[in-house]
Amino acid sequence: MPEMTMAEAIAAALDTEMAHDPHVILLGEDVRAGAMGVTDGLVARHGPDRVIDMPISEAAFIGAAVGAAATGLRPVVELMFADFIGVCFDAVLNQMAKLRYMTGGQVRLPLVLRTTIGAGDRAAAQHSQSLHHLFTSIPGLKCVVPATPADAHGLLLAAIRDPDPVIVCEHKMLYPSRGAVPEAPEPIPLDEARTVRPGRDLTIVAYAAMVHQAEAAVVRLAAEGIEAEIIDPRATAPLDATAILASVKRTGRLIVVDEGAARCGMAADIVALVSTRAFDALKAPPVMITPPHTPVPFAPALEDAWLPGADAIIATAPRLCAGGKEGGAC
Amino acid sequence: MNDTLAQEDLLGLWRTMVRIRAFEECVQAEARAGRVPGHVHLSLGQEAVAAGVSFHLERDDVITTTHRGHGHAIAKGVDATAMMAEILGRANGCCGGKGGSMHIADAEHGLLSANGIVGANAPLAVGAALSARQLGERRIAVAWIGDGASNQGAVFESLNLAAAFALPCLFVIEDNGYGEYTPRASVTGTDDLAARIRGFGLPASHIDGSDIFAVEAAARTAIARIREGEGPAAIVAEVVRFSGHFEGDTQTYRPSEEVAAARRERDPLSRFRRRVLEAGWLDAATLDAIAAAARNEMAAAAMAAHEAPSPPAETLLRDVSGEV
Repeated sequence: MPEMTMAEAIAAALDTEMAHDPHVILLGEDVRAGAMGVTDGLVARHGPDRVIDMPISEAAFIGAAVGAAATGLRPVVELMFADFIGVCFDAVLNQMAKLRYMTGGQVRLPLVLRTTIGAGDRAAAQHSQSLHHLFTSIPGLKCVVPATPADAHGLLLAAIRDPDPVIVCEHKMLYPSRGAVPEAPEPIPLDEARTVRPGRDLTIVAYAAMVHQAEAAVVRLAAEGIEAEIIDPRATAPLDATAILASVKRTGRLIVVDEGAARCGMAADIVALVSTRAFDALKAPPVMITPPHTPVPFAPALEDAWLPGADAIIATAPRLCAGGKEGGAC
Repeated sequence: MNDTLAQEDLLGLWRTMVRIRAFEECVQAEARAGRVPGHVHLSLGQEAVAAGVSFHLERDDVITTTHRGHGHAIAKGVDATAMMAEILGRANGCCGGKGGSMHIADAEHGLLSANGIVGANAPLAVGAALSARQLGERRIAVAWIGDGASNQGAVFESLNLAAAFALPCLFVIEDNGYGEYTPRASVTGTDDLAARIRGFGLPASHIDGSDIFAVEAAARTAIARIREGEGPAAIVAEVVRFSGHFEGDTQTYRPSEEVAAARRERDPLSRFRRRVLEAGWLDAATLDAIAAAARNEMAAAAMAAHEAPSPPAETLLRDVSGEV
């Protein structure tokens, strides 16, 4: 399997699907030049009729992507930053998510909205948010949040082939990260979690960049005798609840690490899932590790303090394993 | 006979207008009887625009419309019985009872959807125009919007995008003088909506929308241009909304004489009737028979809706996302 960056893996998936299906078109701001470092090169292969630069006019072009998906195309539309969703949220909230339901199933929308999430780029409060939980709370939308080049590749292939709207949240700080990607296009089902690492003592559920923080943490936890299992659900909607519950039922302990919102986010959602459906298996109260409930700050010192990471996991896990109703099982 | 319209065309225009009128009056009666869940927004007084524009549309042309969209749907060929059932929340409604009055859709007849969000349907129509061009299909798209929506950013953006890409899209602005309760003139920086649209780089005509001959002529010109691949066009049609913003609206914001005068002078049905009878193009008995048939059709649609069952509970979870 060739090694490539996540950005290259996404571009490869787009290239594959554009070659495979003439109904796939790419819409967005500066997509021909590839301002986000992903789509450059596609216009040379697929032409300006299918790789279309849009005006800075997200309400129009994301709404237009909905209209185009409803009438025979399979658009992949790029919203440069998830933060920009504010100016076009109606197209997502009221159109993309609801047309199939409101029309009694007459209208299907094979549509992908790719957008970037994630802090760490010193881009401040309006270019750094992770908003996957926002999309997850809207019925009618699927949402994936890949952590590796292989997952970004396989999930995007599946998203483009899916008959319903899928929002792909790509963590911008992971674009340069490298990994092996299968040569043949292999779509990854949107509802299957990945067990990143097996372990018996503790379940860590993490998304996107936090998967890598969890991986860094478990190496050090292992040195302390704590064997943590990492589950990357990969999608927030649909959520592979089965994999999460099965893991917690084995380990009895849960940490959710997510860069999204501290309130009403995926951490709260997954803790609620486990608390209501695997309460008896819990040996200790579940823990949510998220950023504080503030906008993303600009100054590097503040942003670094804002971002959750391996240290928080390392600080929490031994306490979780030592405490709880059955004491120190780890 | 009229210069451009054959007798069967005139009959068709009349039939569409009286069917819309009869449908809306029937919905009004149903609402007043308490049989319509939620709100309905009637297009009484605006029938000529729906009929005159749709006269030039083909079945595969795609329209997106508004909360005040019953007339556009009927004129596009959507089955009135399925619409009435939908508005009454019945299982056999065109959306299975999932949409209601504000979300009438009929994919078979190119009605992508009616929209409850003012102006939000314009980008969807632009997308349908984009797909037509990408797929090499001759169909066009129509965005039905009102004067209220004409102040929405999504509409401005759609006009720009359609013009920038020369897309086969028609924007029809029905200016009924009120955005919900508020007079258009009090919240709009120009009285000339057509000139404002021309500023986006597309032609826009400004017509009396209660005169179906003016509507038909403007639509003929605009749609011919669009089908020739010359890019989008717009029509601003001034009309009078005979009813309130929604049925039941007491309209305290509006002089009562305004509607009475409009019903006397700007009722599109009366104007058409007077014109065709004076010119000797059609006879009164024929017109009356068509109007009576329309009233019977809509009364039957309402009766059928009364007798239809509510949607079964198992449909609640269907058509959200995924396989089911």
